[in-house]
Amino acid sequence: MEFRRIEEAVFKVLMIFSLLIVVGSLLAVIGIILWKGLPVLSIDMLTKTAEGGYYFGKGGGILNAIIGSLYLALGGTILAFFLSIGIAFYLQKEYSGGTRLSNLTRLCLDILWGTPSIVYGAFGFTVLMYFQMRASLIAGIIVLALLELPIMTRAMEEVIKTVPLELKEVSYSLGATRLETTLRVVSKQALPGLMTGVLIAFGRGIGDAASILFTAGYTDRIPTSLFDATASLPLAIFFQLGTPFPAVQQKAYASAVILLVIILAISITTRLLSRKYTKYIIK
Amino acid sequence: MNLRILKDKISSRLMLAATVFACLLFFLILIGLYIRASPILSTVPITELLFSEEWSPNAGKFGFLPFIMGTLWVTVLATIIAVPISLLSSIYLSEYAGVHLREAVKPLIDLLAGIPSVVYGLWGVLAVVPFIKNTLAPALGAETIGGYGILAGGIVLSIMVFPIIISVTGEVLRSVSHDLREVSLSLGATKWQTIKHVVLRKARPGIFAAIVLGFSRAFGETMAVLMVVGNVPKVPSSVFDPAYPLPALIANTFGEMMSIPLYDSAILLAALMLLTVVLVFNIIARMVLIKIERGVI
Repeated sequence: MEFRRIEEAVFKVLMIFSLLIVVGSLLAVIGIILWKGLPVLSIDMLTKTAEGGYYFGKGGGILNAIIGSLYLALGGTILAFFLSIGIAFYLQKEYSGGTRLSNLTRLCLDILWGTPSIVYGAFGFTVLMYFQMRASLIAGIIVLALLELPIMTRAMEEVIKTVPLELKEVSYSLGATRLETTLRVVSKQALPGLMTGVLIAFGRGIGDAASILFTAGYTDRIPTSLFDATASLPLAIFFQLGTPFPAVQQKAYASAVILLVIILAISITTRLLSRKYTKYIIK
Repeated sequence: MNLRILKDKISSRLMLAATVFACLLFFLILIGLYIRASPILSTVPITELLFSEEWSPNAGKFGFLPFIMGTLWVTVLATIIAVPISLLSSIYLSEYAGVHLREAVKPLIDLLAGIPSVVYGLWGVLAVVPFIKNTLAPALGAETIGGYGILAGGIVLSIMVFPIIISVTGEVLRSVSHDLREVSLSLGATKWQTIKHVVLRKARPGIFAAIVLGFSRAFGETMAVLMVVGNVPKVPSSVFDPAYPLPALIANTFGEMMSIPLYDSAILLAALMLLTVVLVFNIIARMVLIKIERGVI
């Protein structure tokens, strides 16, 4: 056999092997977390808040962290949504005119997208200190919203860009304003993509720990106001794992299962939604 | 004025405000961190900050070298592991794999990108650290502190940057025109020769950008690394040594060091260093990608 055929065969094997490593590592991560965490997961973990001395092995669960994370991620996503949708709409040609501003915005969003979440956290904490405020739910929500902003906006802009120009032109030729066209034509056509963007950002928000480490605080209670400190799932995992007690560390595995299930659910919902709503799109 | 037009005008202004905010946000972060880091920058010479190994904030010694080297070791190792695996996977997906396989793998790659970093960290503690401690280190005769260290951090991080390198490379490869490939194939080249001499040559700047983006993502990753890397502030000398990367330093010490003078300023300087490096890398990568999109390269 020729050398070049052998070379091709060798590289093909290497490529398939690499792909197996990538897919295999995903399965390994999910598999090991489930294998270690599922046996420890109990109803109490899901339905009770942490009791006094929870981190020394006393009873209770992490309901406070689950609810806290949902509050944080929901609040952050809603806040980010209003900013992102505005920016994504504005980056259309009829608003920004394809000008320098939109190129600059895209570059800024890309840089923000690449900014480590610990930097958001440190910045958020600096601002909190400047205003003499303590870590709270609202501070966590704002930092998460900033973290999610570039992710959501870029995802939304990608789909809005794909809306056919003819569709918009039909709307304009009927005398519709830019706002009417954007809300009734563009957003309907882009709906599955917009929802995907929101869900991806939500997933990123609910899983992020470094940004809320100093801004949302940590507590054993479920927050009752925006100015209370709040627990969160990622930090619950981190703190439980950090204790010297094996029983508490095992609860970290169970907490990771809960977080992983939420992430998997988001991922599956994203697929289903985009399949369901793609039916109503004009191709 | 017509109500419809008024609505259009107002909404347009609001959108513009959001857009300007997004542009300003980055500069706000940069300036905010710079102001808070300036006390230490004006007290301690920059050469000492960057090149001194001595880290004892109580004595007023702020040498960042152990942290900078720790970050570099972990990030470079992660990049070395991730690049060949991601590139080969990406080439296979875009050049050889059928539509079905590609469609089946894409959600898995997305999921890999969506898994939170604490979960990766926990996985590292449960799987990678014991593997290094019980199998790899004894086999190679290396000393570790319970398996925690650069190698564990690098392995966990490499998995976290797979998705970004794979997806950016995939986009770049797809942007290489089919005509080019067909010319090469029509001259009798094999598929692999076409990929090696035509596709990859054309895609080289884009692949470079993908690697830079992956590197910069790894550079700032905090929680997963923090959980497996050992956190010892010493300049490492082998992959089995523990390290103490900059993000881990920020996460571990922030919020509790207000009593020591200049300590908080030093930590915010660490954040500023991270931000600056990530900024430079991102701008380089994006410039390359934008040029590719416009068809300049």
